[in-house]
Amino acid sequence: MIRALMWILGAVLLGGIVHLSTVLAMPQAAKQDAYSRLVPLVPVNTMVPLAAPTAENTIMPFMDPAFAAAVCRYDLTSGSLKLIAPVSQAYTSVTFYTRKSVAYYAINDRAAGRRSIELDLMTPEQHADVPEEEDVTAADRLIIDSPSTMGLIVLRALAPEPSLMAMARGALAHATCGIQPVQ
Amino acid sequence: MRLLFGSCFTLLIAAALGLGATWFTLTRGVAFGSLTIGAWTAWPKSGSVDIDPYARASIARSGELPTGMGDGVAFYAHTDDQGNNFDGRCSFTVSGLTPAARYWTLTLYDPEGRLVANTIDRHGFTSEEIVRDNDGRFAIAVAPLARSGNWLPTGGIEKFVLVWRLYDTPIGVATRTTKEGPMPAIVRKGCS
Repeated sequence: MIRALMWILGAVLLGGIVHLSTVLAMPQAAKQDAYSRLVPLVPVNTMVPLAAPTAENTIMPFMDPAFAAAVCRYDLTSGSLKLIAPVSQAYTSVTFYTRKSVAYYAINDRAAGRRSIELDLMTPEQHADVPEEEDVTAADRLIIDSPSTMGLIVLRALAPEPSLMAMARGALAHATCGIQPVQ
Repeated sequence: MRLLFGSCFTLLIAAALGLGATWFTLTRGVAFGSLTIGAWTAWPKSGSVDIDPYARASIARSGELPTGMGDGVAFYAHTDDQGNNFDGRCSFTVSGLTPAARYWTLTLYDPEGRLVANTIDRHGFTSEEIVRDNDGRFAIAVAPLARSGNWLPTGGIEKFVLVWRLYDTPIGVATRTTKEGPMPAIVRKGCS
């Protein structure tokens, strides 16, 4: 009896380990995460508008159909990235995701407080190499540290009503992202 | 012999338990730090680096990109206030006051996060296009057949999900009480 209980206890403990390790391994093993879905659609370090979700076709699940969206799939291996995003009339936001879809930074047009959102994205190592006086003098230069070398920048512009979707798409069409040459 | 049998049995049970628990938590969307107001539940931490391993795994599996914390917060509802499941063949009313946010959107999805086909090509409302009464209150009819006023078609599907997204909002990780975030009530009106 005691022996059977010990076996069961062992099974439960082992089951717990299996459960935790599969949960932790899932982000590494996932083949259909957001980044993988965007690889065939979006070239690296280029801002590309995303097709609006429809009932037949959606690039990612749970996309907000009231928003126009554009994505920059970045790779910081060869240098830091400059993002320039004009603000639309209604509401514009920029969200930064790691390769594993963790949203590590998000800013909206009001928080940015200007006509366009301008950001420098770099790895912590590249940030450390930025000359100090440059960091200080350019007080309005917003530098974001990316925790991963690769990731996604998603730009979203709201169309408050369907007729304004063209306006929202137009605002995003002028957004750019690109690698800056190393000084 | 007994040892071999015992270990096989143990390993089998362990695998079944472990994988079963993983499947269950990832399909049911278990995550910590949830914020529930009425029928609506949000996971504000899932839009930040403080995301827990369960939410991380579930997002990697589904392929979605969570709403970032500096952008807004997304509330999900699968049932009405009474706990009745959202059935696309039934009518529901979503009514009340708007929570504090610069903009909000309400969207209807199937459980996999796809939009639902319908005759008028409407998948949701934004805070700007909703028709309100004099007190600023609104009522949205979520129903399979056409209604006057704010009609959100269900397309008659078996199960649907409502997502309420608040953009540029003070509601988030620090929100504790329903006073800070009055979310609209959801009531079932009947089934066809």
